[in-house]
This record gives sequence, structure tokens and C-alpha cells, in this order.
Amino acid sequence: MAKVLMKGNEAFGAAAIKAGCKYFFGYPITPQNEIPEYMSRELPKIGGCFLQAESEIAAINMVYGASGAGVRVMTSSSSPGIALKQEGISYIASCELPCVIINVSRGGPGLGGIQPSQSDYFQNTRGGGNGDYRTPVYAPANLQEVIDMTMDAFDVADQYRIPVIISADGMIGQMMEPIEFKERTGRSLPSKEWAATGTNEEREPNSINSLYIVHEDLEKHNWKLDAKHKLIEENEVQYEMYQMKDAEFVVVAYGTTSRIVKSAIMDMKKEGLNVGLIRPKTLWPYPYKAFDEIPKSTKGILTVEMSTGQMIDDVKIGNNGRFPIHFLGSPGGSVPSPEMIAEKIKNILGGEKK
Amino acid sequence: MKTIFEKTKGLTAKPFHYCPGCTHGIIHRITMEAIEELGMLGKAVGVAPVGCAVFAYEYFNCDSYEAAHGRAPAVATGVKRVHPDSLVFTYQGDGDLAAIGTGEIVQAAHRGEKITTIFVNNAIYGMTGGQMAPTTLIGQKATTAPYGRDEAHAGKPILVSEMMATIPGSAYIERVAVNTPANIRKAKKAIKKAFEIQRDGKGFSMIEVLSTCPTNWGLTPEDSLKWLEENLMPYYKLGVYKTPEGGANNG
Ligand SMILES: Cc1ncc(C[n+]2csc(CCOP(=O)(O)OP(=O)(O)O)c2C)c(N)n1
Ligand code: SF4
Ligand SMILES: [Mg+2]
Repeated sequence: MAKVLMKGNEAFGAAAIKAGCKYFFGYPITPQNEIPEYMSRELPKIGGCFLQAESEIAAINMVYGASGAGVRVMTSSSSPGIALKQEGISYIASCELPCVIINVSRGGPGLGGIQPSQSDYFQNTRGGGNGDYRTPVYAPANLQEVIDMTMDAFDVADQYRIPVIISADGMIGQMMEPIEFKERTGRSLPSKEWAATGTNEEREPNSINSLYIVHEDLEKHNWKLDAKHKLIEENEVQYEMYQMKDAEFVVVAYGTTSRIVKSAIMDMKKEGLNVGLIRPKTLWPYPYKAFDEIPKSTKGILTVEMSTGQMIDDVKIGNNGRFPIHFLGSPGGSVPSPEMIAEKIKNILGGEKK
Repeated sequence: MKTIFEKTKGLTAKPFHYCPGCTHGIIHRITMEAIEELGMLGKAVGVAPVGCAVFAYEYFNCDSYEAAHGRAPAVATGVKRVHPDSLVFTYQGDGDLAAIGTGEIVQAAHRGEKITTIFVNNAIYGMTGGQMAPTTLIGQKATTAPYGRDEAHAGKPILVSEMMATIPGSAYIERVAVNTPANIRKAKKAIKKAFEIQRDGKGFSMIEVLSTCPTNWGLTPEDSLKWLEENLMPYYKLGVYKTPEGGANNG
């Protein structure tokens, strides 16, 4: 299929529809408004339903209703709106319902700002909802990944019966790049015989429920969820290793910042400095195993995030005390420049190579 | 032998967990009888609240959900938009609907969502042990209003049916009580009518049912019925507040 030029936020919508999602519930918030706008334009054309909810709380509960009724469904929002969705995400996770949630992050805390940010790493990977649940989190760094990961997200959601989050930021949402819809190798997905569709008086009733009042039942339920989480950790980790051969230094970055890091790495290469990049493509499950592949030549690790440092906790777990870890952050909505990254690395290396 | 009374197929065999004299059970029964009589059990999807009726999904003999506190109308919206031919209803208490879930219920009605809400008003938070609800009467004692509800402090009790009737998107709103056999018959008729409104695609319908909570009112089942009659009914007037034709008949 020929490549077409698309805007990031619209690419999320196009990929969802391509993946068979006909239902979308959302509430306006910058910088993701083009997603609901796109869905409101496109879904009526294919007999689907776009509905603007009265709040993010209502939107995620509509997603709960629609997903429980057996269809592919999506919502999108940005940081403060995702905060409001956490209750619903916890219920959806416990009920083992599939859905896709896009977080086009902005700076926080509170109302924060509308510029690109990665300060929702905790919100996306740890969640603010109650209880022992996890959600797979994809972090696209370019628009082709927006397409591929969004489509994958629906499959992963259906396969494991779990809400899946896509972590992006205003930069990804607003940029334009050529994309294509590739041939996909299908996963085998379970049928949804658990859905609340009405019994037609032909089967026993289904109920979508997260209440387990008997503690043994709740314990059993949580161990069942845990086994599923372990399976996802085993099978669904995605990451990229970039220029890692003989790297003297390693940077860890995802999404927008990983693009900047790549150009910094190319600049440093011209000056004879070998720097590699570990780029997590899934933030949960996190690619801890990537850290086992760091070459002995490495003198340290730099984590670059548009935050005061959140992913760095996972970097520490993956590194397991082997290399010194440094941090470069921009928590106000500015994107760090390649020069800032190169300078930081050179400073750490003590001006050995200039 | 002729069968004169049979338990509705709309309820499962699971025994109710409600306190003796609590009228939640009666409201479950008439709701499910109404659906059975309309021949729509196979199309029905119920959404249970957080409140004493939290286990309703185990009693309703149809597909069902258990929703987060107050969110049932949003969940019902999601179901109905996916399956427009199903009969979707929420069953909610006064804390669930008239406090934490006011946004969801008002907006569902405002959109003219083709769902039906059974709103059980017992003027108290039953499940959590008798705290003040938005519907608690002036002077009525609650565990968080130990001196009785004070209007200057907590405002007047919320009149949900009256409020919902003002929303252009609502099609049928009626307030009923289940304190006497005659009123129970009327309540069932109202609930059935509300489901017919939904079935015929006429819009949002809600039946407010005045109900008892002997446990947290600190009264016997009989005294509770009397208290409901003497205290709730004068403030929460029974009647039809809205019909699709625009009529109202609330005395
Ligand atoms: C988010 C949230 N807040 C609070 C609660 C605790 N809670 C459970 S039931 C309830 C009140 C229910 O009262 P009502 O809706 O009047 O139903 P009733 O028990 O009287 O039938 C509350 C506050 C909860 N489960 N979830
Ligand atoms: S606490 Fe009140 S509302 Fe709840 S079951 Fe008992 S009597 Fe009924
Ligand atoms: Mg109550």
C-alpha cells in the first residue's frame, strides 16, 4: 500500500478504525483534540458511534459498557483527563475487558501546560487506579509506530482481555509523517462469549463484575490476573537497541526524546564518540533484559526524559547496580536539544574526548 | 392444581441478602416481572450500582454489569450505543444517583439516552451504615448528621424526579412508593411503562421508588412503612412528572 502523509493524532484514529474499532467515547482536552474530531467525522460513515461524554469519568465508563458488550472501543485524553479515568481503568482491568486508551501527555502536575511532556510515565505504567492491576503501555516514537502500535494494541487487548495504554505527547500528536498500513500477521484471538449482549434466552446470563466479597475469591482472582501479567511480561516486551556495538556510553529514552537522542548520537559519532541508545517501545512490560546487552566498554548510562525523572526508576532496576546512572530532564514542556544531550555526556565523560 | 403465584423467571434462585423488611427486594421483583411480561428478558442488560443493591447482578436473571459508584448511566450508555435493540436499565440508590452520580444521570437524560433507571430513594446511605444522603429529610438523623439534617448546613433534600423532568431529553419520569399492595401494583405499572418507553425508542425514562431502610432508620419493618408514608411521601410527592407528550400528573 502506498504511503500517505498524516498527522499524529489523526493516525491514532485511522489505525483504530483499520483495526475494527467502531466505538469511541471521549472528552475534549488539548493536545489530543484531533483524535475525537477525527472519530466524530469518520465513525458515522461506517455505522459506528462517536459520543462526546460529559467528562473523562463518564467516557471511560462508556468504554466499560461498550467493551463489556463485546466490541472494540477506544478513548483518548491527555494527562489531567487520564487522571480522571483511573477509577474506570481499574474496573475495566479487574473485569478483564479489552480496550485502548491513548494518553497524549502534557505537562503537570495540576493543570500544568499544554506542551509535550513525559511526566505521565508513572500514570501510564503504574496507574492511579486502586488494586493489583497492570496495563500494557506502548510508546511510539514515529507515526509508523503510531499506526502499528495502535493496531497491535487492539489485538493485545483482545488476546489478554486487558486495557492497553498508548503513551504519546503533543509532539507526536502534531507532527506529520508518511505512514502505511502494512500486512499484518494475525494473532489468534479468543471469542468474546463472556460479553453482555442479552442472553436471547439461549444461554445463562453473563455478568461483568469486579466485586469479590469473599476474600478467597478475591485472592484467586488476583493470582489469575498476576499469571496473565507474567505472560505479558514474557511475550510482549518490545525495545530497540541503537548503535550499541562498542558503545562507550548508553542513553535510555523513549518516544519523542529518543528521536532527539538519535540525532545527538549521530553528531557525537562524527566526533569519534560511540554512544548507544536503549529505546523501550513498551513501557510496561519494561525491557529490563535490554540492560543485560550493554557492552563492557560502557562507562555509564544517561536517562533522558521530559520530566524530573520517572522512567529512571525502571532504568535502575534494569541496570541492577552495574553502571553509574545519570539524568537529563526537561519538565516544563521544552524538548531537550541534541546539543544539550551531547554536552551532558561529554561532561560526564570528563572531557576525555572533545 | 392451579398455580396462582410463580416467582418471575426474571430473578435467579439466589436468595436476597437484604435486611428483614427492606423493600429493595420488592423493587427487584417488580422490575424483573415487568421485563418478563414484556417478553424482553433475553434482550435485557441490567447495571447494578454501588450501594445495598451491589449484588443485583446476581439476582437479575439477565446479562448484567456491576458499575462503579454513580457511573451506571455511563456504563448503560456504552451498552445501549453498541446494542440499540437491547433493553438497558440501571438500578441505583440515592447516594449513587443523587450524590456521586449526579453528572452521569443528568447527562444521560440530557442526551435522551434510551435507557431506563430504577432509582431507589430510601433517604439514607444504606450500605455504608446510615450516613446522610442528599435525600435525607430536614431533621432526619443520620450517622453523619447526628443532630438531624440542618438545612442551613446541608441544604434541602434533593427532588430528583422534579429535577429530571425539567431536562428536555427525559421522556418519562414518575415517582412511586412500595409501602402498600396498591402502591406496589402502581409502581410495577410505572416501571413497565418506563420500559415500554425505552422499547419504543421514545427516550430516557426514570422511575423513582420510595423505599425503606429499617436497619438504618432504626425502626421495625412496620414502623418503617409508616415513617415512609408520614415523612417521605409528603415531601417526595408521588405522581407522573413527565411523559413524552409533555403531560404531568403529580397532584
Ligand atoms: C468511589 C466510592 N466511594 C464510596 C464508596 C462507599 N459506598 C458504598 S455504598 C455507598 C452509599 C450507597 O448509598 P445509596 O446509593 O443510597 O444505596 P443504598 O445502600 O441506600 O441502597 C457508599 C458511599 C464506594 N464504594 N466507592
Ligand atoms: S441497610 Fe437498609 S437499604 Fe440496605 S439492605 Fe438493610 S434495610 Fe435495606
Ligand atoms: Mg440509599
